[in-house]
Amino acid sequence: MSVLQKLMETVVQFMPDKAPDPLIHKHGYLGTPVSRVDGQRKVKGEARFTAEFEIENLAYAVPVCSTIAKGRIISIDAYDAERSPGVIAIVTAENAPKMKRPPLMDVRHMDKGFAASDLAVLQDDKISWDGQPVAVVVAETLEQAEHAASLVRVEYDEKAARVSFEDLKAEATVPSAVMGEDPELEIGNAQKAFAAAAFKVDNLYRTPHYNHNAIEPHAAIAAWDEDGRLTVFDSTQFVNGCKHALAGMFGLDGDDVRVIAPFVGGGFGGKAALWNHTALCAAAAKVANRPVKMALSREDVFRLIGGRTPSEQRVALGADKEGKFAAIIHTGVTATTTHAKFPEQFSLTPRHLYASRTMSVGQKVVNLDTVANTWMRAPGESIGTFALESAIDELAYAMKIDPVELRRLNEPERDPTKGTEFSSRHLVEAYRRGAEKFGWSGRPAEPCSQRDGKWLIGQGVATAYYPVFRFPAAVRLRIAADGSALVQAAANEMGMGTATVQIQHAADRLGLPLEMVSFRYGDSDLPDSPIIAGGSSQTGSIAAAVQVAVEKAHRELVKLAGNGSPLAGANVEIEARDGGLFLSGEGNKGETYASILKRAGRDFIEVEETSGMPFEVMKYSMASYGAQFCKARVNRESGEVRISRWLGSFDCGRILNPKTAVSQLRGGIVMGIGMALAEETLLDTRRGRIMNPSLAEYHVPVHLDVPHIEIIYNDIPDEHTPLGAHGVGEIGITGAAAAIANAIFHATGKRIRDLPITLGKLL
Amino acid sequence: MPSPNQTPKAVPIPPAGSALILLKINGVDRSLSIDPRTSLLDVLREHLSLTGPKKGCNQGACGACTVLMDGQRVLSCLSLAVQLEGREITTIEGIANGELHPLQAAFIEHDGFQCGYCTPGQICSAIGMFQEFQNGLPSAVTGDMAAATIEFSDTEIKERMSGNLCRCGAYVGICEAIHSAFDREVAK
Repeated sequence: MSVLQKLMETVVQFMPDKAPDPLIHKHGYLGTPVSRVDGQRKVKGEARFTAEFEIENLAYAVPVCSTIAKGRIISIDAYDAERSPGVIAIVTAENAPKMKRPPLMDVRHMDKGFAASDLAVLQDDKISWDGQPVAVVVAETLEQAEHAASLVRVEYDEKAARVSFEDLKAEATVPSAVMGEDPELEIGNAQKAFAAAAFKVDNLYRTPHYNHNAIEPHAAIAAWDEDGRLTVFDSTQFVNGCKHALAGMFGLDGDDVRVIAPFVGGGFGGKAALWNHTALCAAAAKVANRPVKMALSREDVFRLIGGRTPSEQRVALGADKEGKFAAIIHTGVTATTTHAKFPEQFSLTPRHLYASRTMSVGQKVVNLDTVANTWMRAPGESIGTFALESAIDELAYAMKIDPVELRRLNEPERDPTKGTEFSSRHLVEAYRRGAEKFGWSGRPAEPCSQRDGKWLIGQGVATAYYPVFRFPAAVRLRIAADGSALVQAAANEMGMGTATVQIQHAADRLGLPLEMVSFRYGDSDLPDSPIIAGGSSQTGSIAAAVQVAVEKAHRELVKLAGNGSPLAGANVEIEARDGGLFLSGEGNKGETYASILKRAGRDFIEVEETSGMPFEVMKYSMASYGAQFCKARVNRESGEVRISRWLGSFDCGRILNPKTAVSQLRGGIVMGIGMALAEETLLDTRRGRIMNPSLAEYHVPVHLDVPHIEIIYNDIPDEHTPLGAHGVGEIGITGAAAAIANAIFHATGKRIRDLPITLGKLL
Repeated sequence: MPSPNQTPKAVPIPPAGSALILLKINGVDRSLSIDPRTSLLDVLREHLSLTGPKKGCNQGACGACTVLMDGQRVLSCLSLAVQLEGREITTIEGIANGELHPLQAAFIEHDGFQCGYCTPGQICSAIGMFQEFQNGLPSAVTGDMAAATIEFSDTEIKERMSGNLCRCGAYVGICEAIHSAFDREVAK
């Protein structure tokens, strides 16, 4: 960690807290299960996703991908492709426009946007991974482009590639930082304390490559106008980031690029950064001199878009006779590439979950010649909790103590490594409520003690954890003379219910009925700020900005109302209700927005505001928490695992919309079921080629794999966050794989530390 | 790098010319001239601007492209348009009849989706699935194939809907929506 960062962390400890958001305790639309405002459009097939915009004179682009992992291109024979019917252009390094290398993510410069890989492809003859685009074929129709792409022949000079994580992990080195934190951290002498501990476990846990596999494949449509400005429809989780990264690559001003993405068909982190296909689509549109669409095939998505790194983690836990942790050792290795430089932050998880006398955590990273790894739902915490929460379960068996009780015994009073106060942590309460609802006390302590014919039955539990992030956000608010309000933010919707919850919020904040509020988003022409649908941060980030924008609008309205208004010189508090501003506790003394604006002869007022820096996340230890309970049935003949029951008990601050929040929490758990039992991206470790680039061979959970998932939540607001809320998007996947592995152990007595837990591992 | 001076090699020749077809889509006759390689899904999305049916995998693995053909659910990505002369196609755009189909309304009520990309396929598939169920077709989880009635259970629904992937994980809501829209009809 830099000196400056350390200084900052010290300074914020002395900063006063922001006054709690007055909406935290107000009952209005927030907290009620409002159905999605875009539901009608989605169920009628009217919501337009990226590849579906109608653009005149559109041509189709298809990438040709490298079939080697490392080396260089000797020649590209496009003779037949060029002469294939309908072909407009073949773009290669020979004729591609100059593109600069895009930046990688730096949390201090989110506003500049970022790419997942800092390579600008089609700029030279170098090959860095199997699947790297080496040419783009543009044709009049999709069929013509696909056929012509199959005719492009590429000759390579192939070099030995580094692709096997297993073979190369010993060469891993310590990265300079992990998400801005020190990559390694020692408290006391953990090795000594572990050696002397009364009870201990020490094991290795492995997780494979995973891919997001959002059902909408990545797509882009790019069009240049006569003045050299670029408009891009892109399936992105970050319209402004995409805009700035593209502008940088093509040497344009940010204002000369517009990125539009009203609906994104799932992202899960896979659409957060800029990926090559978007830049290549813009490059192809330039060469073809007409608008171009590049909608990746499912196989292209596996080749061009990276997923989650594999990991190997060691967790060693030592406890004293009373069950208190004497040592937590959590170390390991992940993979990245020289052009992604992303060590997935699994070692941040153990820094915040348990009190321990000593601690030794850290991680190393090894460079492979593969597609760039990237953020995938709860990067770090999803795999970190698998290892740590499996180990806690193992220790509980070693100690013959209930695993819920072991966690309760080691619940910290302050952040275990930062020493900061928790802003709002009620994990023990989530466990208490979850255990009661699940009937945990009725579970036999011994493994292998429940059977139903050929099925062995077990119950498992694990902690879910995901930190709170917030980014400064800019929003524009318009209040019109018809009494309606329009909130505008360059936000993103990929299923979280962005518009719905922001309309609920603005309606409560402005004292308007829901139908009088609308929300515009998904367009980089809206105020520029790093609002990203990532890190479970978007709702809170926007809410903080809307709060200051509404406060500013209210001040302006009071001014506009003038001396003739009951609001003038009011010595009681003014509150927003009934479509306007009224004196607190004084009935109808006040005026509606419509009346104020009409009297002032104004059609509307409009304000733009930016929220402040997220000092609160430095001052406090802030996170969402949860307890995942599940029941697994394991077929003793085939090894088949069925999850027959799930209860998630969460502590995520105030729940803003129970309907959409529960859906997100369930969605994370479903992905956790896939992570635990089925999903794995298989790499040919000789050549670095992904062997299962399809939804037929990469198994995501289907309807029949998922039981009814019950969700309960504490609903205790955090006084230090906008609306009292914490994020709910990522936490669902955390702890889920461990809960399943723990339930399988309880059912079978077999401890599987190597995901996914496929049938063969249980036989 | 492209080397135009090389000798042309023998390559598969794409089918020449275009094919004229007549499709009945959502009750409207549509006459089209298309490349014979075009799938029904691409005809709908790229030629007719009916973008409700989605392309998730283009190889029959995800179900997002599901439409109804003569009332039965089919994967439009695996259907060659030129083979469908005279067939009646219903896409998600043709499901609501003035007002929402009860299943569409139930999807909203039970939050049977998040991003909405798989939703048109889920809805078309569920409507086709329910018809199959009403016709007495058994599934892989049906215990007694000869039974006069099959219970419209969670397990039956989930088995029959397992060809429609939802990566957002809205399965619980989808199952509730299907029950809420169809349970009453089963009882009849």
